[in-house]
Order: sequence, then C-alpha cells, then structure tokens
Amino acid sequence: MAMKAIDPQYTADSKYALEVRNVDIYYSAFRAVKNCSFGMERNKITALIGPSGCGKSTVLRSLNRMNDLIAGARTEGEVLYRGQNLYDPDIDAVQVRRSIGMVFQKANPFPKSIYDNIAYGPRVNGWKGSKAEMDELVERALRGAVLWDEVKDDLKKSGLAISGGQQQRLCIARALAVEPEVILMDEPCSALDPISTLKIEELMFELRQRYSIVIVTHNMQQAARASDNTVFFLMDKEDRAGQIVEYGPTEQIFQSPKDERTEQYISGRFG
Amino acid sequence: MSAEPLTPLSASTGRLPQGEEVKQNVASRQQRGKLWQASLLFSVFVGLLVLLLLAWNIVNDAFGGIAVQEAVEVEALTGGRELEELAQPELVAILEENLRSRVLGNLNREQPLAERDAENLIEVILFEIIKPEVVATFSLYDYLFNRAEIEAQLAQDFPRAELEFKSWLRWDFIVNPMSSNPIFAGVRTALLGTLWLLVLTILISFPLGLGAAIYLEEYQSDKIFDERKPVGRFFNRVIERSTSIISTNIYNLSGVPSIIYGMLGLAIFVRALEAFTSGSFFGANEGTTANGRTIISAALTMSLLVLPVVIISSQEAIKAVPSTLRQASLGLGATKWQTIWKIVLPNALPGILTGTILAISRAIGETAPLIVVGASTFIVTDPTSIFSKFTVLPIQIYNWTSRPQDEFRAIAAAAIITLLILLLSLNATAILLRNYLRSRRVS
Ligand SMILES: Nc1ncnc2c1ncn2[C@@H]1O[C@H](COP(=O)(O)OP(=O)(O)O)[C@@H](O)[C@H]1O
Ligand SMILES: [Mg+2]
Repeated sequence: MAMKAIDPQYTADSKYALEVRNVDIYYSAFRAVKNCSFGMERNKITALIGPSGCGKSTVLRSLNRMNDLIAGARTEGEVLYRGQNLYDPDIDAVQVRRSIGMVFQKANPFPKSIYDNIAYGPRVNGWKGSKAEMDELVERALRGAVLWDEVKDDLKKSGLAISGGQQQRLCIARALAVEPEVILMDEPCSALDPISTLKIEELMFELRQRYSIVIVTHNMQQAARASDNTVFFLMDKEDRAGQIVEYGPTEQIFQSPKDERTEQYISGRFG
Repeated sequence: MSAEPLTPLSASTGRLPQGEEVKQNVASRQQRGKLWQASLLFSVFVGLLVLLLLAWNIVNDAFGGIAVQEAVEVEALTGGRELEELAQPELVAILEENLRSRVLGNLNREQPLAERDAENLIEVILFEIIKPEVVATFSLYDYLFNRAEIEAQLAQDFPRAELEFKSWLRWDFIVNPMSSNPIFAGVRTALLGTLWLLVLTILISFPLGLGAAIYLEEYQSDKIFDERKPVGRFFNRVIERSTSIISTNIYNLSGVPSIIYGMLGLAIFVRALEAFTSGSFFGANEGTTANGRTIISAALTMSLLVLPVVIISSQEAIKAVPSTLRQASLGLGATKWQTIWKIVLPNALPGILTGTILAISRAIGETAPLIVVGASTFIVTDPTSIFSKFTVLPIQIYNWTSRPQDEFRAIAAAAIITLLILLLSLNATAILLRNYLRSRRVS
C-alpha cells in the first residue's frame, strides 16, 4: 500500500493553515458534529467557543486525527492541510500529528525528567544529532515556551515536580520540540490559576509569529482577549449535533454578532 | 414566573432532632460505628491467631529434643578424652582394637587407615563404633515444658540415651541430598528442583503473559488486515473473535483447579511432546530420564497454570497507565508501538513484575499438578538440565509428612520453613523491585 506523504514544499495560495470542509463527526451512531466548515488562518489564533457538549473538543481532535484513538469515532468530510485531505485513507495519522501538535486540557507531562519530556518527541520522530545539539534543541523549545529561565538549573527534575502552570508550559514546549506548524489547545488554562493563565495567553501571542494556533475555550474573556478569529458552536436542539452558528474575526463576533444566538451567548444569557 | 411560597419543611414531613436530641442522636450513631469497628478488629485478631498457630505448629516440629543413644560411649573408647584431641595414630589404634578384621579389611581396601586424615577417621569411628542412634524425638513444647516427664521416661526405656536439643533446620539439612534415614536426609535435591522450576516458569510465563496482555489491552480493537478487501475483513473477524474469547474467559481460566492443568500437562507435555520434553529429540537424553517427566514438562505445565494470572495482572497494570500519557505520546507523532514501548511499559512495569512474581510464588507451592506430571518422590541426584528428573519442595514435604516416624514429621517441618523462606524472599524481591522502579521513575 503506497503511503501518501504530506508535501513539505507545498505553498498554499490558501490563507488557511487548516481548513475544515463539510465535516460530520460520529461516535458510533451518534452524530456529535454536523456540517462543519471553517478555516484556520496562518499565524493567527483561532478560538472555538460554545456551551459545554457542543462538540468543540470533538472538532479540535479531528484536526490531527486524535479521534482515531476513540473506538467507534468516525469523521466524514475533509480536513485540508497543505492541499491534502488528512482523512484520505492513504494518509497515516502518525504523519499528521507530527505537524499538527496538541496541548491537552489537563497538563500531562511524562513521568520523566524535564529534559527527557522535551527530547521525547524528536527522538520518536527519528531525530539525529549529537548530545550538544539535543541540549540546544531542548533549550530552544523551553525558551519558546518561556519556561527556560525557571527550569534551566534543574532539567533533571521530574516533569511532574513543577507547578501546574509550569507543567502546561512544559507540554507546550514538548509540542514545539517536534517543530509543528499548527498547535491545537483544548482548554489549556481551565485547570490553572489566573496568573498562570495570563502567562499562557502571553505565550500564545508569542507563538503566533511562528505557528498557527487553534484553541478551545469556555472562557469568553479569554477568547475575546487572546484570539484573532472566533468560531461559535451550538448544539442543534433537535438532533443534539453540534454545529457552527457563526465564525469570523473575534472583534466582529464579540462586538457586532450577526446571529442573535451568538449575541445571547456572549452576553451570558445562554448556555 | 413567580416562586411558590416556602412551606416549612418540618411541617410537611417528619422532623429532625433538635437541641438536646442532636447530641444524643450523634452519640448513638457514633456508638454504632464503634461497635462495628470493634467487630472488625476481632476479625483481624482471628487472622493473626491463625497465623501464630500456623507458625507455632511448624516451629514446634522443626525444633525440639532428641534422645541419642550410643552403642559405645566415647569416654570408654578414649579413656575420658574427646575424639578431636587424639592424634591420628591413636585414632587408627582405636579402630584396629574395636573393629572386626573383616570390616577393617574393607576399610583398608578403600583407603589404608594409616593414610587417612584425622577428620575422616573420626567420621569412621562415629559411624562404625559409636553408632549414635536417635531413639526418641520430642517436640519443642515437650522439650521445653515437659522435661521432667521426658527424662523419667527415657531413664526407664533407654537408660544410656542422652537428651539433646535439636534444630532439624540446619545447614546440613539444606545441602544434604534425600536419604531414607531422617537424620541424614536433606532438601538439596528438592530445593534445586524448585529453583529450576521457578526460573524456567518465569522465563516461559513472563514473556508469553506480558505479550498476550499487551495485545489484549492495546491492539485488540485494531484491524491487522486491510478492511477494504473481503479476505482482509474475514481474517480480521477471525482474529477479533479469538482474542475476544480469550479476554472474556481469562478469569475463568485462572479459576480452573490446578490439578486439571496437571492433567493437561501430562497429556500434552509428558505424553504427546515426549520426544521434545525428554530431550531425546535434542540428543540430550540423560539416561536417568525414561520419558517426558522432566523439569521442562513441569515448568511448561506451571506456566500454563500461572499464565492467566500473569496476563490478568499485566493487563491491570497496563490499564492503570493514564490514557493521557498515551495521548501525549501519540500527539507528538509517536507510533503506537513506540508509545507502548517507551511510555506504557515503563510505567506499567512495577505492577507487571509484582503481579507476575506473586503469581509464580503462589504456584511454586503447588503440589497436585506436579504429582500428575510425574515429579519423582524419591531421587538423590541433582537436576542438571531442563531434561532431568526432579522433585520439588512441596512434594518432598508431602512425602515426608505421610511417613509414620516422628523424625520425618520433624524434617517435613524444617522443609516447610525452607519453602516459606524461599517464598517470602521472592515476595520481598517483588516489593523491593517495585519500590526501586517507582522511585527511579519520579526522581
Ligand atoms: N469519546 C466519546 N464517546 C462518545 N461520545 C462522546 C465522546 N466524546 C464526546 N462525546 C459526545 O460528543 C458531544 C460533544 O462532546 P465534546 O466535543 O467533548 O464537547 P465540548 O468539548 O464542546 O464540551 C457530547 O454530546 C459528548 O457526549
Ligand atoms: Mg471539551
């Protein structure tokens, strides 16, 4: 079976790093998300918002085929990345996840040292180089996640022995170490205190210069503060499938929403 | 929308205790709790009592007194000195005086007396002339607390016998081979058999059990063949069915009585695969081995016996690895196997090892299946290869306890202590290993 490759040379005319076209996502017989179409702009932060259970995480996971890990989950439609449909049967999910990284709701560092947490990704992806080069890579990733100054003296310490906010930044650094193009974040701050949250938001602005970011959040202020574009999801009352109500620049969504339901949700009268 | 007027709760339903009643109510509820606590403590004490009784029962037999009677007293031979004080020629003289010429001739033919060293000569004197004989054995309890009675009885029955303290568990007991004389009998052969069996069973059941557990936990829902082709679909169905039969029946398998595994082992390993298990196929027939009743057959049978438990405990350990770690790894572009090898297994290893060792140490005490697959009850030769005939500690114990003499009961108790020490050190290894691996992971 010939495995298709994602063309690394591909330069899109499309302004989107990732584009979702007519996507339906099922858990066995239950359709959790329907008719989903939207694009995620390059070097921008796209926020997915909506009440709990409307399918935000489901959509996010479909973007790097993490849903494949759930028995019975099925995605129909297309997710385009570099002109390639990620759900083409000949595309290997492993290849996808290397370029589209993920940060989870709850920080999940490996029970290894901070250094090994970062080095893990490159190592499993066949990285070749000297110890000194790996040291440099680790430092670069930790600096990228603005964690270097806090941990540079104890890289041998367990990744579990640092604070929750630091752990989450470690997970971001870990994702950066495999040089992805897109980073997906599923409510990365929901378990963090306000100060750590702010740090991560600042970090996202930094990262935006080099990566495209998609973030799920239930925090309206966060979406308003920290994103460029916003996609608003809502569950269809009839078949309980999540669908997109409105999507566009964050400013427009928050200040002059076109749909009445968006307005209601944003002003807190709903969900 | 208008709220309904609030009706006081206590008016509509019963009533909650108030004021002074609260205190009484709490006190009586607490008291009920205390009562339960006391009865739970009672259960613990019952357990403790059983444990103590068991320990005492064994110790009572394994240590105690013996009455030794000598055919000739040392003092009579040497004129009041100890044998160890005598020079070599004096020892030779004693032998020449006291033995008949035929016996002397035999000894001289083996090795001339004049050329033997003192140690050897003392041994011969003990064996041929003094002939110490255990004429009575007493339990530790009797030896300690019924001394007067024992001595009175001895004075009557064996006036020349001397009462000594005896620990049946001693170094000689560990290193001596089996013997029909309980004084000289040891557990060497059985202990070696048990160690061989232990190592082989670990080597066979650990990789098999862990492999099956990994497959069942991580791969069972995967499709190996191409789902888009009918043939691929067919084989996927077959694999799915068979693995699901295993995974649903694994608990039943672990509950099958051990003797049934013994019968299975007899049919398959001892009989059907005799050519292999006797070693003749590999040209390793030892001559002592008439057929497939070898260590390897026993180890394979034991592996079958422990396999379900090894699989179950490995599965549990694998399941306990948080799925968020798997997701983190896969999310970085690791393959499934890389994730299993680098994340899942290292984190599950402490649990897997403990489970396996405990399962195997449980099995090492098994007797029934080994009797069925033909462990020998009386052999004196050490096992030297996987194709050797063998016996194991539990069988040795079983054998000794079924003899009528007190001395055999005593050495059976000593063998039980040996077995228990072995098992306890295995379990301790499991715990130490687990703690070590855990501490290494989160440093
Ligand atoms: N693993 C799963 N299996 C089955 N149903 C799921 C699973 N994950 C989510 N769902 C369902 O899909 C819907 C959307 O869930 P989710 O994407 O988690 O929503 P959100 O992240 O917006 O809160 C919910 O109805 C939820 O019950
Ligand atoms: Mg969610």
